[in-house]
Amino acid sequence: MKKRWIRVGAVLLGCAVAILGIGLLQRLLMPKYMHGIVEGAMIAEYYEEEKNHDVVFIGDCELYENISPAVLWEEYGIHSYIRGSAQQLIWQSYYLMEETLRYEKPDVIVFNVLAMKYNEPQKEEYNRMTLDGMRWSSSKVGSVKASMTEDESFVEYVFPLLRYHSRWNDLNKDDFTYFFKRDKVTHNGYYMRVDVKPAVNVPAGRPLADYSFGENAYLYLDKMVTLCKEHDVELVLVKAPSLYPAWYDEWEVQMEEYAKEHGLKYYNFLETIEEIGLDFNEDTYDAGLHLNLSGAEKLSVYFGNILAKDCGLENRRGDAKLEAVWTEKLAAYEAEIKEQYEKINNVKETPEE
Amino acid sequence: MLFTSYEFLAFLAVVFLLYYILPRKAQWILLLVASYVFYWLAKPTYLIFILTTTVTVYFATMWIQKKKDRFEEAFQQKKKELDRDARKALKEQERKREVRIMVGCLLLNLGILAVLKYTNFAIHNVNSVLHLFGGKELPFVNLILPMGISFYTFQSMGYLIDVYRGAYRAEKNPLKLALFVSFFPQLVQGPISRFNDLARSLFEEHRFEITTVSRGLQRILWGYFKKLVVADRIVIAVNTIIQNPETYSGGYVFIGMMFYAFELYADFTGGIDITIGIAQTLGIEVTENFRRPFLSKNIKEYWNRWHITMGSWFTDYIFYPISVCKPMLKLNKKAKKWFGDAIGKRVPVYLSSFVVWFATGIWHGASWNFIVWGLGNFVVIMISQELEPCYQWFHSKVKIKGNPVYECFQIIRTILLMSCLRTFDCYRDVPLTFKMFGAMFTDFKISHFSGASFLGLGLSGGDYLILFMALCLMFAVSLWQEKKGSVRETVARKKLPVRFAVWYGLLIIILVFGAYGHGYSASQFIYNQF
Repeated sequence: MKKRWIRVGAVLLGCAVAILGIGLLQRLLMPKYMHGIVEGAMIAEYYEEEKNHDVVFIGDCELYENISPAVLWEEYGIHSYIRGSAQQLIWQSYYLMEETLRYEKPDVIVFNVLAMKYNEPQKEEYNRMTLDGMRWSSSKVGSVKASMTEDESFVEYVFPLLRYHSRWNDLNKDDFTYFFKRDKVTHNGYYMRVDVKPAVNVPAGRPLADYSFGENAYLYLDKMVTLCKEHDVELVLVKAPSLYPAWYDEWEVQMEEYAKEHGLKYYNFLETIEEIGLDFNEDTYDAGLHLNLSGAEKLSVYFGNILAKDCGLENRRGDAKLEAVWTEKLAAYEAEIKEQYEKINNVKETPEE
Repeated sequence: MLFTSYEFLAFLAVVFLLYYILPRKAQWILLLVASYVFYWLAKPTYLIFILTTTVTVYFATMWIQKKKDRFEEAFQQKKKELDRDARKALKEQERKREVRIMVGCLLLNLGILAVLKYTNFAIHNVNSVLHLFGGKELPFVNLILPMGISFYTFQSMGYLIDVYRGAYRAEKNPLKLALFVSFFPQLVQGPISRFNDLARSLFEEHRFEITTVSRGLQRILWGYFKKLVVADRIVIAVNTIIQNPETYSGGYVFIGMMFYAFELYADFTGGIDITIGIAQTLGIEVTENFRRPFLSKNIKEYWNRWHITMGSWFTDYIFYPISVCKPMLKLNKKAKKWFGDAIGKRVPVYLSSFVVWFATGIWHGASWNFIVWGLGNFVVIMISQELEPCYQWFHSKVKIKGNPVYECFQIIRTILLMSCLRTFDCYRDVPLTFKMFGAMFTDFKISHFSGASFLGLGLSGGDYLILFMALCLMFAVSLWQEKKGSVRETVARKKLPVRFAVWYGLLIIILVFGAYGHGYSASQFIYNQF
């Protein structure tokens, strides 16, 4: 009898060791996104936050590179967070919204409408950057199912080792440094860049055969509207002032009509570039695709005013708990600005060989 | 559903659980259902063909069996009244009736195989002739090729012939026969089992036995190791070379040839390991198909160790019947008369061998490449048989037989010879194969074997390191099996932590170093196409 229990114990111990081993291996092989392409680390950062935001921005790079929650707090006392990721598709935004509403009930959710241009799953690499960071829930399951391209497999999301096993050949220092911990790569979801690359030759949009947004895109936009209504959250649609990819007039008409039809606020910041004070000779770091810190801060000041006035968001400065949180966040924000400028200056000062 | 797909693993897990949960009487029925589901998932229309084969073979064998039984009964009653010649005539008369049924069924099923597999090949050849005379070319036809049709057709035909020969009685239960024809682990790439080898363990009830199941799982793991770590990795370099013959000539052809030999070995034996392993987890014994072919010292031995069930099928059902058929016996007599005893007795053997190797070639694929490959094997075997006296003379003069260095030389020679013949599998047509084979010598540059050349074939340094270590492991395992027997049995005798480390280590190696999942195109087993 005793021998049998020892055997059972050994088997259980063996199983535990086996599962632990595979778990550790998976952790080692999964990309860490701590340097270079950091977008894959953004989604997971949200879970470490205290979730009592006034505004949650959900969308692609046109939000996480163009809006600075630090400015919104400093200027208007708006406590906000950006749940952004690279090429975030509209169904991914919808499921992130669904998940967010499980954690908190913000007054406003802002969605960037550029994602309407995609009606079908796009690239596996981008899917991964949005989906791997999500915690498991029905929202993640839905998002994975909606996002998978033909050559993807659900089981590879459940066991990412099956997807990333081939990284054994690409393991680097980061994989070991960030085995158990992660650094923050954003400031409440904002990805900061202080460098400048003026928009000189902005590529013109190619004519399209059909300018209508797809059925699937509309379906998820409808679902967003319904979800926000159910949770008594105001949905605000925006189009960020990125000079490209092109935002066609035909798309603009469709968005305006949709917003009107559903009683939504819709702001196209491409039409208010001058009012915002954006100068694409100095407010972009990649020639008009995304704003740099200077541009993002100008847009945040402008949009914060709209959020405070049109959406009636209260100034929460004076809330001791939030003040304490933001003091720390702003210090980190300033430190990174300093660090990035120092890096740029160091590069400039380095004599060419 | 590829063996290497997640869907197949899930399918397998469900079948395995149900197999041991359901009442044991229902185990074989579950396997039949699973096999048909497996086949249906590949393409529902495939079912028509496998059902046709099953139904026709069932009725033909039952008919033959009934006739045999009736004849036997009548014969026993009449026997005493008849003289020897009358008995013989009666038996011959009965045999002819049975032959007609068997041949009818054979023609139907081999006809289906021939039409589906070789119609376009025939059209291609007819068009080549018409082209010479400026005639209008025939259009190609769009035919489906059901998964594993060559394997299940041959397996069924073997059963039909065995029943006709009276090797065993026909299976009365059509569902049991259906399972024998469609048993899913061996449906797509064999082995080509015999009814009397497989039936007992296929239909009997099996208890869950941890030893059997774990041995089966170990065999499956080893199969996946060969397929995913070796075959599906090396195939990247092989395809780079053979799909770009203009770029990769000279020494690259040699590299491609050797890599393809390793790929084919790892792919096919890996697939068979998975097949046998799956069957073993279900308590079913499937015939071994390989016995370390890369340790063969000559081509004949190689073919006794490689794809054993196919070789024995051709021997039993083509070689022997042709060798002893009446026209061949007549030819034997005539040949002896014309060429003398020594040469004359070889004529029927070589003629039968020619037919067997032609059939082996065309069975592998509808192209001249495979036919030439098959006939190439025939020529090499024939030459080596003719040179046998020379070898014997050489060995009597130079005492090196049994010398390890000489044995190594023989093994390497056999591998090289087989690899040369295998180049016909690689290139798109026969002239190109000859051209590339020639280029191996005329266009040879030592720089083709540089590190940079290898790295230009689509594999990284890390990949080559993995391949090298994996091939060393495969070689070590083969050597161990050859000298000391089963590796699994040896590991099983070790203490639990050692056993755990070995099999868990193998699992981790497959999980990490396997060429599967996103970024790798799932490649089916090479023999699935045959």
